[in-house]
Amino acid sequence: MAGILVYALHDDEGNFNKNSLGALSEAGKLAGELGTEAAAVIVGDVSDDGAQALGNYGVSKVYRAKDVPEGLAQPIVDVMAKVISENDFSYALFGGGLLGFEIGAGLTARLGAGVTMEVTKVKVDSGKLVAERPILQDSQIADVGYVSEPGIIIGRLNAFDIEETGGSAEVVDVDVELSEWSTKAEMITRGEQRGADVDIEAADVLIGGGRGLGSAEGFDGAEALAAAFGGNSAVAATRAVVDAGWYPYAAQIGQTGKTVAPKLYLAVGVSGAIQHKVGMQNSEAIVAINKDANAPIFEFSDLGIVGDLNKIMPKLTEAIKAKKG
Amino acid sequence: MKICVLVKEVPDAAVQKRIDTDTMRLDRSGENNLNPFDTHAIEAAMQLKEGGELQVDEVVAVTMGPDSAARALQKAVALGADRSVHLADDSLAGSDVCATGLALAKVLESESPDIVLLGQQSDDGECYTIGAVVADHLKMPSLTQVIKMDVDGDKLRCERQAEYGYDTVSLALPAVISVGDAINEPRYPSLKAIMGAKKKPLDGKSATDVGIEASQVGEDGSQTTVLALNPPPQKEAGEIIEDEDTAETVEKIVAWLDERKLI
Ligand SMILES: Cc1cc2nc3c(=O)[nH]c(=O)nc-3n(C[C@H](O)[C@H](O)[C@H](O)COP(=O)(O)OP(=O)(O)OC[C@H]3O[C@@H](n4cnc5c(N)ncnc54)[C@H](O)[C@@H]3O)c2cc1C
Ligand SMILES: Nc1ncnc2c1ncn2[C@@H]1O[C@H](COP(=O)(O)O)[C@@H](O)[C@H]1O
Repeated sequence: MAGILVYALHDDEGNFNKNSLGALSEAGKLAGELGTEAAAVIVGDVSDDGAQALGNYGVSKVYRAKDVPEGLAQPIVDVMAKVISENDFSYALFGGGLLGFEIGAGLTARLGAGVTMEVTKVKVDSGKLVAERPILQDSQIADVGYVSEPGIIIGRLNAFDIEETGGSAEVVDVDVELSEWSTKAEMITRGEQRGADVDIEAADVLIGGGRGLGSAEGFDGAEALAAAFGGNSAVAATRAVVDAGWYPYAAQIGQTGKTVAPKLYLAVGVSGAIQHKVGMQNSEAIVAINKDANAPIFEFSDLGIVGDLNKIMPKLTEAIKAKKG
Repeated sequence: MKICVLVKEVPDAAVQKRIDTDTMRLDRSGENNLNPFDTHAIEAAMQLKEGGELQVDEVVAVTMGPDSAARALQKAVALGADRSVHLADDSLAGSDVCATGLALAKVLESESPDIVLLGQQSDDGECYTIGAVVADHLKMPSLTQVIKMDVDGDKLRCERQAEYGYDTVSLALPAVISVGDAINEPRYPSLKAIMGAKKKPLDGKSATDVGIEASQVGEDGSQTTVLALNPPPQKEAGEIIEDEDTAETVEKIVAWLDERKLI
């Protein structure tokens, strides 16, 4: 069949991940260009209706492994390796996300397959797929082709747009015997929310706080700045500070956090790592305060201030308050 | 028990990294350093050893890379590793993720570790994948991006952020774990440790020593090819203000925001 197989991730309620749906749409489109078909793999207890509904995103078939748990990579490597081998898929495609990286990497080893990650675009060239991958902190874009079949493509967050095509997919249940080592990791709790439930997605002005704020207390200054803007403003955070327990997980922007596009994103003490950038690069205006002139965030800021936030932020807060009167 | 830590030599953070367009490989001629993300993996190994809940007999730093990579191993030893293993072979040059993962798995197999630790990413390749590749070859359970690791009987209880929040996962040993940079604050090596590092055993291995066939690695074994390199779409450069007089800086920021009706 030589098609494209996509892993569709879902939460414990069976809601499919937005990035997975984007990957399904992308696979459907590419399969059309290649003259082949796209299919999805799902694991866990997903209803017939839920599985068939993936047809709306461009896949004709859904392989479902009901008894395999969702949330850990290695059992899913077993499932995908089997489906790929039995049906001769030429490519495996993943939307941006952590699990896709792990499953894609596992397949690389299992099938001796080439892998490209952080892919921002996929194109068809002479009947084959070529992946565009930004490298060296996005300073260059490499066009990567595959020697092996299958080729593994791991997308960057938000790289692929969701397109609803209408239609319903055929559901094929698969039985997979898990590898011995795939059963040696056990999920104790999944998707735990840490810290307060804050809403950053609706804000027009977001103050993005990073490790440069120095401590949990440093966020008081960021909150005061947000308050000075008044109205619809909030404080967001990087993974580094969320993992450190300085700020709630619900405020995290990026690959394993939220995607936002406020009118103003004002970053204080944020380096601008790729995994953070993908969650906020569509903000209308980006302003960054960072003491390191070489911080990557200055590469994509509209206004960059090279300086110490401890000096600048309090004065800026006062000035904005005064301006608002 | 034995912990192997995978470490890599990468261009120093201050070096402007570039691709040599003749070979389509990273230009490694400038100043190099131990991958900063790997110092967290070494620290995690040291904390397991010093914590005493597991009987850790040795921590072994393992790398694959050219001769110069021995310096990264010395830094790893200065940070606490007991000895190191250096896989170096001309046949390995140009290996992609698929080939590198296989080669590292082969050299690790020769050490039979109980735990393999590695960094969340290499600062140059930024692939985030080597851990999961190595784990599948070694037939061990694995988890990446781990930010908390506790000994729980004969298992490791690990926490990490995935797409829906924090996951807590219990791993039976042997296991492969890549650690996130939030897991710990790496120690600084003491002068004594730096001086002593050269005296610790460094075991050089060739590809054939660990049973790697030349066809499996390097350019021959790689399953991806870089077809072209292009500059990213040009974005208009932003305005930059160097903060010299903060009152003036703040005035400029406010004016900039005001002009765009953002206040
Ligand atoms: C698989 C994966 C998923 C990830 N997911 C996410 C994600 O969802 N979201 C996310 O944000 N990250 C994510 N990351 C982590 C990401 O790579 C970065 O490590 C993180 O974004 C860095 O956060 P930071 O900018 O707060 O910290 P740092 O990178 O440490 O940057 C701190 C910055 O503060 C500046 N600074 C320090 N002191 C001052 C001062 N006094 N004044 C001014 N500036 C100062 C420094 O110059 C530095 O640039 C992920 C990583 C991986 C590998
Ligand atoms: N050549 C190598 N030798 C030893 N370890 C490596 C090598 N390449 C990658 N690693 C390890 O794998 C981790 C992730 O790298 P990467 O998947 O390339 O981003 C690094 O932090 C290292 O611990």
